[in-house]
Amino acid sequence: MVENAPDVVAVDAATMVFNEGKANQVDALVDVDLHVAAGDFVSLIGPSGCGKSTLLRLIAHLLEPTGGELAVNGKTPDQARREGDYGMVFQQPGLFDWRTVQKNVELPLEIEGWDRRRRAERAKEMLDLVRLDDFYDHMPWQLSGGMQQRVAIARALAAQPSLLLMDEPFGALDEMTREHMQAELLRICAAERTTVIFVTHSIPEAVYLSSRVVVMSPRPGRITDEIAVGLCADRNEDSREDDVFFKRITEVREALRAHHGDQQPDGGPRRGIEDR
Amino acid sequence: MSLAWRAARRTLLFLVALVLVASMWELYKLLGPEDGGEVFGWRIIPKTNDRAMPHTWEMVSRLTEPEVRGRDQPIWQAVLGYGWYTFRMALVGLVVGAAFGMSLAVLMTRWRVVERGLLPYVIASQAIPLIALAPQVAALGGNWDLPKWVWVSTLSAFLAFFPVSVATLRGLSATPPIALELMESYGASWWRTLITLRFPAAVPTIVPGLKLAATGAVIGVIVSEISTGVRGVGFAALTYGQRATSDPAQVYTAVFGAAALGLILFGLVVGLEMLLMRRRPPEATH
Repeated sequence: MVENAPDVVAVDAATMVFNEGKANQVDALVDVDLHVAAGDFVSLIGPSGCGKSTLLRLIAHLLEPTGGELAVNGKTPDQARREGDYGMVFQQPGLFDWRTVQKNVELPLEIEGWDRRRRAERAKEMLDLVRLDDFYDHMPWQLSGGMQQRVAIARALAAQPSLLLMDEPFGALDEMTREHMQAELLRICAAERTTVIFVTHSIPEAVYLSSRVVVMSPRPGRITDEIAVGLCADRNEDSREDDVFFKRITEVREALRAHHGDQQPDGGPRRGIEDR
Repeated sequence: MSLAWRAARRTLLFLVALVLVASMWELYKLLGPEDGGEVFGWRIIPKTNDRAMPHTWEMVSRLTEPEVRGRDQPIWQAVLGYGWYTFRMALVGLVVGAAFGMSLAVLMTRWRVVERGLLPYVIASQAIPLIALAPQVAALGGNWDLPKWVWVSTLSAFLAFFPVSVATLRGLSATPPIALELMESYGASWWRTLITLRFPAAVPTIVPGLKLAATGAVIGVIVSEISTGVRGVGFAALTYGQRATSDPAQVYTAVFGAAALGLILFGLVVGLEMLLMRRRPPEATH
C-alpha cells in the first residue's frame, strides 16, 4: 500500500441524532471518527443500538448526518454514490425474483449503462468468482440462502466499486454455511482488491475477516476501541485454530465488556453479541 | 402439476358448474308455481311459465334459428357479430383504462400531494351511475366528428381504470425497503427505480386489478350501448328482450354472448398473467 494514498473513507466527528429536541430523541452516533485506507477490511462490532448500522448508512449516503464531515474517495458520499463507488450487501439477499441470477448480477451494470454484451460477460465472470457458474440461468428463489447471498455479493462487486459495505450479510445463515461464506468472501475480496466495511454481531466473524475491528458502544453510539488483528493475509480455515485468532477474540471481547462491565456483573457476553 | 392438466381440470369444473346451474333452473321450473307467488304480500317467488323461464334446451336450440322469421342467418351468427363489435370496444376500453389507471397511480406514487388531492375524486368518480353518464358523454361527443364507438370505449375505460389504479397504487407503494435502498446506493434515478424495481415488484398486485377491470370494461360497453344505441351485444339484448312475449328464449342468446365476452376478456388477462408470472416463485402465482 502506498504510504500517502488518500483514505477511501474519512469520517470526522460525525454525529447522528434522530428526533432532535423531541422527547424521543436518540443519539445514534456522537463524535465518531473513522478512517479506512484502500484495501482495508474493517468490521464494526457492538451490541444492538450502538449505531454500527447507522454509521454504515451514513457512509453509503442512505442517511444524512446531523453533524461532522464524511468523505469517500475524497468526495461527498452523495457524489460517490452517484459515481457508483458503492457495492452493498444486506442481511437479506434482496434479489429481484423476476430476474435470472445473471440478470440480477447485471443490475448495477445496467444502471451504469454498460452494453448488453459486456454486461453478460462481466456477470458470468462474477458468477464464476462466487462459484455459481452453473446457475446463471436459474431464478433466485430456486437457490439456497447461502447461494442467494453469494449472488448478492457478485452483484455488489460487479461494477467494481471501490468500497463494499456489508450489513450483517451472513446473519441469517447457518453456522456451517456462514464459516464457508467468510472464507469465500476473503478469497473474493483478495481477487477484486476491494475495501470493505463489515457490520456484524459476531466476534469470531469480525476477527477472522478483518484487518481491523472497530468496537462500538451504545447510548450514545460511539467508537470505544480499534483493534488491529494481524492474522496472516493468506489465512484459511485452519487460522480459526490459531493462537493469534483466540488472542484477538479475547481482546475484542474484553473491549466490548470494558464498557458494560457494570451492567453485566456475571461477566457473561452482552446480549446482542454472539460469541460463536 | 402440469399446465395442460390444470387447464383440463378448470374446463371440467366449468362444465360441471354449467350443468349444475342448468339443472337447478329446470328443477325450479318443474317444482315452482306457474304464476309465481307471494311472501307476506311481496311478489318475490318467480314465475315458472314458459314465457318467464324458457327451458334451457330451448335457449340453446334458439341459437340455430334465425333472428326474425324469414331470414337465413341463424341467430348465433348475428350474436357473434354483435359480440365481436362489443369485444373490440371493451378491449379498447380495457387497454386505455388500464394505461390511464397505471399513469394515475404513478403520479400518485411520485407526488404524495397528488395522491391526497386526486384520490378522493378517483373514488367519487365510481359513484357516478354509468347509465346517467352515458347519454351525457354521447351528447358531448356530438360536438366532435368521432365515431360513436369511441364514446362507448371511453365509458368502458371509465369503469376499467379504477381497479387498476387502486391496485397499482398499492403495488407501487409496497416495494421492499431493502430493494429501494439498493437502487439508491447505485445512484439510480426515481424513474429508473420505477421501471426496474417498483413496477416488476408490483405485478402480482396489479394483475387482480386488471381482472376486475376486464369484467368492468365489458359491463361498461354493454350499459353504454343501451343508452347510445351503438349496435353491440348490449343493444341486441335490449332488442331481443322487447320480443320476450312472443320469443322468450331469444334474449338468452344475447345473454350467452355477453357472458362469453366477459369470459374471453378475463381469459386474455389470465393469459397475460401466466406470461408475466411464468418465472416467479410458485407461491406468488395463483
